[in-house]
Amino acid sequence: MKQEVINIEFWRLSAAYLFVLILILLVKKREIKREKLIVLSTARMTIQLVLVGYILMYIFKNPSPWIVLLVLCFMESFAVYNIFKQLHKPLSKKLKLVIVLSMVIGSLVSLLYFNLIVIHFKPWYEPQYFIPIAGMFIGNSMIGITLGMKEMIENFATQKNLIEGALMLGAKPDAATKPIVNSAFDSAILPTINNMVGMGIVFLPGMMTGQILAGTSPLVAIEYQIVILIGIAGSVGISSFLSLQFGYKTFFNDRFQFIPQNGKEK
Amino acid sequence: MKKGLFYMFHIKNLRYKDILYIDKLKIEEKQVTCIIGQSGGGKTTLLKMLNHMLSPDQGEIVYKGRSLFEWNPIALRREVVMLSQQPVMFEGNIRENLNFGRILSEKEPLDDEKLKEALKFVCLQKKLEDDVEQLSGGEKQRLALARIFLMDPEVFLLDEPTSALDKGTEEKIMDAFIRYSKEKEKTVIMVTHSDTIPKTYADKVITINKPTGDNQ
Repeated sequence: MKQEVINIEFWRLSAAYLFVLILILLVKKREIKREKLIVLSTARMTIQLVLVGYILMYIFKNPSPWIVLLVLCFMESFAVYNIFKQLHKPLSKKLKLVIVLSMVIGSLVSLLYFNLIVIHFKPWYEPQYFIPIAGMFIGNSMIGITLGMKEMIENFATQKNLIEGALMLGAKPDAATKPIVNSAFDSAILPTINNMVGMGIVFLPGMMTGQILAGTSPLVAIEYQIVILIGIAGSVGISSFLSLQFGYKTFFNDRFQFIPQNGKEK
Repeated sequence: MKKGLFYMFHIKNLRYKDILYIDKLKIEEKQVTCIIGQSGGGKTTLLKMLNHMLSPDQGEIVYKGRSLFEWNPIALRREVVMLSQQPVMFEGNIRENLNFGRILSEKEPLDDEKLKEALKFVCLQKKLEDDVEQLSGGEKQRLALARIFLMDPEVFLLDEPTSALDKGTEEKIMDAFIRYSKEKEKTVIMVTHSDTIPKTYADKVITINKPTGDNQ
């Protein structure tokens, strides 16, 4: 059953860019000033993927635990950097630390469990498995933490009266912030959960499509897809939970006073 | 027994940013103290300090003979409850909102009988099932007052509790509230802009104004 994958020849690959030209013509006609962005995005996508292709090629040929760990560190750092950037607001040192730890712990716990117990590939650093799975867990945790934090920080600013009103009545900080923290957690995990509902009906996920194109039996492909989706849900859930559970506390000082600017003010 | 115990609060050399300077202030227990003064003069800031929502930059606030910093802030706020100027409404109906003060401070919620009494106490003719979103500003203010009344704390810190009410309602509610607090020997500390409240009900009136260069 297994068939060779058709290799796309260079000139055919170049022919694909014709569609980028069509897109540019369309926006030009509509006078939407997006030509620059389209060119830039296409160029970035091409360069980034070519680089990744060669890097992965190298890593797959020379599997080493050190290189895999280095890649892991790079992915975690990039994810954290992205979260900080997406949140716009200045964050206190404490909150930054909470985000870093939640990101790393949430994704690593899920990664270890799924790599060692569920998929159990050997050696543990087999890059062909380790790197793509780590990428999916880390990328989704990153989105989860960003969504949750954004919602929490915004609501802390807009609903200061509600939180202070509850504290004045003798509420503990966790009781005073419970509705906000809960709705932030909801926002963090909802996209992941919704994604599972439409799975296989609305769309075939990228990983599964890739595997099937590469000649894997659809039955094996769905096995992997199920495992990965559950892993992603776990990773997103754990990282978002940790970031919010410890994050809200950084908005209170040791006298249980609410600091909406999160430590920026004296 | 410590001599200072007669005083509920004792403030010494308090400084907070350029908002509030108080060299010395004593607030007695079981009395009604009104705090008056111009807007922006730091009256709300003072109440928040007594409720330990803010800490002074300098100086000390002593409550029942112990510095506020020696108190557990949560335990303190459950004894010294503050009503904020803007009435805070939580999601839900009137019943839930009335009981929410008790729930937040980890006391048993009360039955409908008691809740209805509290509504009567603040002259609010509403059903317990009514949604709080429908209430007017004045009705919310009365609901918030009823909420802390049900918490039965030792000290009430009230920040303009009647600002959204007409004279008649203000008088009715204050009459009932002060009678209750005298009966139960509560300490009431109230910021107000009303002319009549300090004259009619206060045992002591404190004036707080913007700090000037040569302070007192």
